[in-house]
Amino acid sequence: MATYKDYMLFNKLPHTWCAGCGDGIVLQSIAAVFAEMNLDKHDIALVSGIGCFGRVDDYLDINCMHVTHGRALAAATGIALANPNLHVIVTMGDGDGTTIGGNHLIHCARRNINLTAIIANNYNYGQTGGQYSATTPTGSITSTSPYGHVEQNFDICKLAIAAGAPFVARATAYNPMMIRKMIRAGIEHKGFSLIETMVACPTHYGRYNKQGEAANMMKLMNAQSISVEQAAKMSEEELENKIVVGCLRNKPREDYYTKYKKIIDSFSKEG
Amino acid sequence: MAKNTVKKFIEGNVAIVEGAIAAGARFYAGYPISPSSEIAETTSQLMPKAGGLYVQMEDEISSMAALLGASLAGKKVYTATSGPGISLMQENLGLGVMSELPAVIIDVQRSGPSTGAATKPAQGDIMQARWGIHGDHSIIAISPSSVQDCYDLIITAFNLAEKYRTPVYFLADEVIGHLRETVAEYEPDASQIFNRVQPDPNMDPKDFRPYNYDSNMPAPMASVGDRHFLMRTTGSTHDEKGEFKPTPENINRVTHYLTDKIEKNVADITITRQYKLEDAELGFITFGCSTRSTMSAVDALRAKGVKAGMLQLVTVWPLAEKEIREVLSKCKTVVVPELNLGQMAGEVRKLNDYGCKIIQANRTDGILITPQQIIDSLEGK
Repeated sequence: MATYKDYMLFNKLPHTWCAGCGDGIVLQSIAAVFAEMNLDKHDIALVSGIGCFGRVDDYLDINCMHVTHGRALAAATGIALANPNLHVIVTMGDGDGTTIGGNHLIHCARRNINLTAIIANNYNYGQTGGQYSATTPTGSITSTSPYGHVEQNFDICKLAIAAGAPFVARATAYNPMMIRKMIRAGIEHKGFSLIETMVACPTHYGRYNKQGEAANMMKLMNAQSISVEQAAKMSEEELENKIVVGCLRNKPREDYYTKYKKIIDSFSKEG
Repeated sequence: MAKNTVKKFIEGNVAIVEGAIAAGARFYAGYPISPSSEIAETTSQLMPKAGGLYVQMEDEISSMAALLGASLAGKKVYTATSGPGISLMQENLGLGVMSELPAVIIDVQRSGPSTGAATKPAQGDIMQARWGIHGDHSIIAISPSSVQDCYDLIITAFNLAEKYRTPVYFLADEVIGHLRETVAEYEPDASQIFNRVQPDPNMDPKDFRPYNYDSNMPAPMASVGDRHFLMRTTGSTHDEKGEFKPTPENINRVTHYLTDKIEKNVADITITRQYKLEDAELGFITFGCSTRSTMSAVDALRAKGVKAGMLQLVTVWPLAEKEIREVLSKCKTVVVPELNLGQMAGEVRKLNDYGCKIIQANRTDGILITPQQIIDSLEGK
């Protein structure tokens, strides 16, 4: 029986992340899902961008392509179309995946490329010192919003659903088993899937916003969490500052490659 | 030997696509832009018939990224754009250089900067091609001067990209892209096609290294999805395993390697053509669409008894330093005609250790330079 350890590069540990960071929980969840599904390493390609969570590939013993800031989904599009047999996993933070890479995110979802996007949302740019990103909540303090953030933040899942993503889910680092369940469902889903994982950044976001230590941030995250089923019965006002967790969308539709392959096949039949 | 030669009367942009597919390219990602759009359109038409994929991305940034992903998955890949798109591609061109992923980038040059005169020709991207990527590196750029070149040299561009595991520029321009000529198309045989070197399948996968910095040639490259080997690439400074290694020694050796890989192989990479250069006292150094105006100027000058000759830089980068020096050492005057304000002339001047008089013949009004204008430049007109 494979374990998550079979997919890890243990000689690269200890990892680069701060004590209390949620990224390690998501990393272990990813490796655990590979083990659960008993995937052949040669059948997995992980594409990562830049940022704290973009360092995930450093610790995984699989095919890895570490690319430029925000472009992981675009590079992954090339891999997924060139080799449709691969499980393509894309790991990004909120800055990488939704801010500098926001355009690629909506188009990848719309195009329905067969891959699994895993976003670790810690509400800020952790690697460069805690500046605000597109998911930083309005009013919160970051190193570049010292007087309170004036912009409205993205809801990543709503954005993906609006862009046409057929599978969208969210889970928090407080509940790693749910993260695993959602990642597995995402990998098993044929087409574009997005799993937003909520992770604490105690070094920057937590400190600036006086959320206490990592354990406290996790508890806070859990207190804010509400299931998709419960959320369905609540008003928009009641849902303010809540984190809706679970599968928010599961409506499969034919992916880009499957559709395009039919065009290719129509010519090979002619010939 | 090439076989099944057929003659066609087509424009340069179409010949580029047909040459690319003949070279084995099976993946295209791009974003339409004048004057390159016929490349996207023709590719979308022909690629699925060849069993390959066309994808139109949301911009040139993602196009370049998708190319590199598909290249890593084993495909021969290309994209086409023009100046504004080339500017956007620089980010991931750098990723391609650092990650050592083969790709062909066709730049059908137009007048700039910015939107400029979108449908007018220029040769203004010579320096952007060389130095648009931040950081030290070297690059390969090929510039066609006929529709036949578009077919023949795009195959060469793929071969060089595969051999040196690097992005290669194909610097066409609006004139050549839209020029219609008769071109002989053929199926290249195995000796005319270079496919990337794969690792020895009998090697213990644990011993496989995707990079090699102790050589001036790149390491064999596996594809993601290979049954024996795992691939690891990154735009971060890395070691032979592809693992992040930002030590001073490693940063320095990677930087040198990325330049040496091209510059130490100049003799293998560079292609030049000579026209009536044997006894020339007046030399012309040219490339791309300026070449044929220059040939006419040489002929007109010869008819008047002037010993004129021409060196054509088929590869603009790496610079054919040896051949340029030969011209500079032999001729009293050297003219550099180009559709920019002297980007190549500056390179020629750097090599002028011979007291040769260098004359620039420049045209930047979006119109092809004429033979007469080139001749007039001798008299300072």
